[in-house]
Amino acid sequence: MAKTYNAGVKEYRETYWMPEYQPKESDFLACFKVVPQPGVPREEIAAAVAAESSTGTWTTVWTDLLTDLDYYKGRAYKIEDVPGDDEAFYAFIAYPIDLFEEGSVVNVFTSLVGNVFGFKALRSLRLEDVRIPLAYVMTCGGPPHGIHVERDKMDKYGRPMLGCTIKPKLGLSAKNYGRAVYECLRGGLDFTKDDENVNSQPFMRWRDRFLFCQDAIEKSEAETGERKGHYLNVTAPTPEEMYKRAEFAKELGSPIIMHDYLTGGFTANTGLANWCRENGVLLHIHRAMHGVIDRNPHHGIHFRVLAKALRLSGGDHLHSGTVVGKLEGDRDATLGWIDLMRDSFIEEDRSRGIMFDQDFGAMPGVLPVASGGIHVWHMPALVAIFGDDSVLQFGGGTLGHPWGNAAGAAANRVALEACVQARNEGKEVEKIGKEVLTEAAKHSPELKVAMETWKEIKFEFDTVDKLDVSHK
Amino acid sequence: MSEVQDYPSRLSDPKSRKAETFSYLPKMNEEQLRKQVQYIIDQGWNPAIEHTEPEHAFQYFWYMWKLPMFGETSVDRVMEELDACIKANPNNHVRLIGYNNYTQSQGANMLIKRGDM
Repeated sequence: MAKTYNAGVKEYRETYWMPEYQPKESDFLACFKVVPQPGVPREEIAAAVAAESSTGTWTTVWTDLLTDLDYYKGRAYKIEDVPGDDEAFYAFIAYPIDLFEEGSVVNVFTSLVGNVFGFKALRSLRLEDVRIPLAYVMTCGGPPHGIHVERDKMDKYGRPMLGCTIKPKLGLSAKNYGRAVYECLRGGLDFTKDDENVNSQPFMRWRDRFLFCQDAIEKSEAETGERKGHYLNVTAPTPEEMYKRAEFAKELGSPIIMHDYLTGGFTANTGLANWCRENGVLLHIHRAMHGVIDRNPHHGIHFRVLAKALRLSGGDHLHSGTVVGKLEGDRDATLGWIDLMRDSFIEEDRSRGIMFDQDFGAMPGVLPVASGGIHVWHMPALVAIFGDDSVLQFGGGTLGHPWGNAAGAAANRVALEACVQARNEGKEVEKIGKEVLTEAAKHSPELKVAMETWKEIKFEFDTVDKLDVSHK
Repeated sequence: MSEVQDYPSRLSDPKSRKAETFSYLPKMNEEQLRKQVQYIIDQGWNPAIEHTEPEHAFQYFWYMWKLPMFGETSVDRVMEELDACIKANPNNHVRLIGYNNYTQSQGANMLIKRGDM
């Protein structure tokens, strides 16, 4: 049935509000938390968000009639109250899969969180969750190796892996930096990490750093008989430079490199993940800038969405927050996005902020990395919260040991193994953590001193971004 | 604060070589070891035993002791095989593995006896 062209402005809800719509398996689904300007009805706002994140513009145009807009449009299909929040509501929107280029996280996010976030009729807008259809997941490369291939390559099983970010983050020479890496690895850590700010500054150019870090890896492997790695940060000003650094890391035999996926961007990240898959190099992902995007409970993008985006774009590790350390992170919400990184199928669970079932099919999982303000006393809780498939990173908690990095690393390794042993024995390791550590310290002077050094440190600020699960 | 201590790891000292999970802990007694075997069984994993000469411990593939004990649920049976492996290879490192056939990986892999070095 042909339509006629009527110029002018139509209300969004006439076209984009479809409460009767049943989302298809192949649809993208999005849940936005919306705070409208006063006086604008919820349906109209939800429809406007659907329109502005898909096919719509503010006025009717004649070329609308050259296509089947009713097929391509986003559909606002449900509105819900946000528990405990009188101003905001959830708008659920479905998008047909062919709005998005295959394998392009860039294209998906350009639509979903594009112009719509500046839309005047909104006071604020937050993308709380997305459901990526399995058909689309299959078009993305995902993690270059995934958790189990990494375990096989590194030959590490049955426990979380241990890491440490080298500090001070800026100002060390390449050789002194390599020294710090070597001391950590010989003491028993599996990995050390470039700080995200470390790229190729005048005080330490990347090539010098790569060479000294590789030397540290090789000597510590010979000394301990265990496989070691250092996340060589290849984040660079241009893709060409990034690949140059990655190629050099591979030539040296480095098992793992690192990238900052938000400041570097999704295009760079997806390309680098593909390179890592083709070249057999593991990829550690840092998330600088995420706090700008995900911390405000009313505006931006929730971290669980950023985590899903990274899993599609590709990375073998991703920083997830610690729950117990110095950085933001509500426990239930963190457990939710950890599952989204690691599992094949994750069920909707509002108590953890997960708004949709998500099926990742056979896409490999990403190892969550707990890093920031943690030390040996946190180990029992970390083992209980994160389980084996994780990397626990102690920066200050290794380097700040009174006897130096090697002793700090050994203290962490002994604490970790003692907690894993106790957990395997069926003990509730989070509850009896003190006993477990005290017992282990009898055989480890390094651990004993670490426990004396850090016992008073606590981070007990309330989280800013709490889950909206109960009415106040 | 106590005086700074040296970290006593040396390339020249074979005793400085570790061998992954639990190689930083004291040797387990029989009761502790039985609990680890029980853990592997409780996870539904298949117990397996591997061993190697200590100087070759860095290599990915150690010698398999017989075959993995598919479907074995008796702690005693696994302990018997561990003993048999150690008796037959008294100078070798021995590790206990739990194969997880769903992840196609090893859920557990722990050093249970250090060989002579």
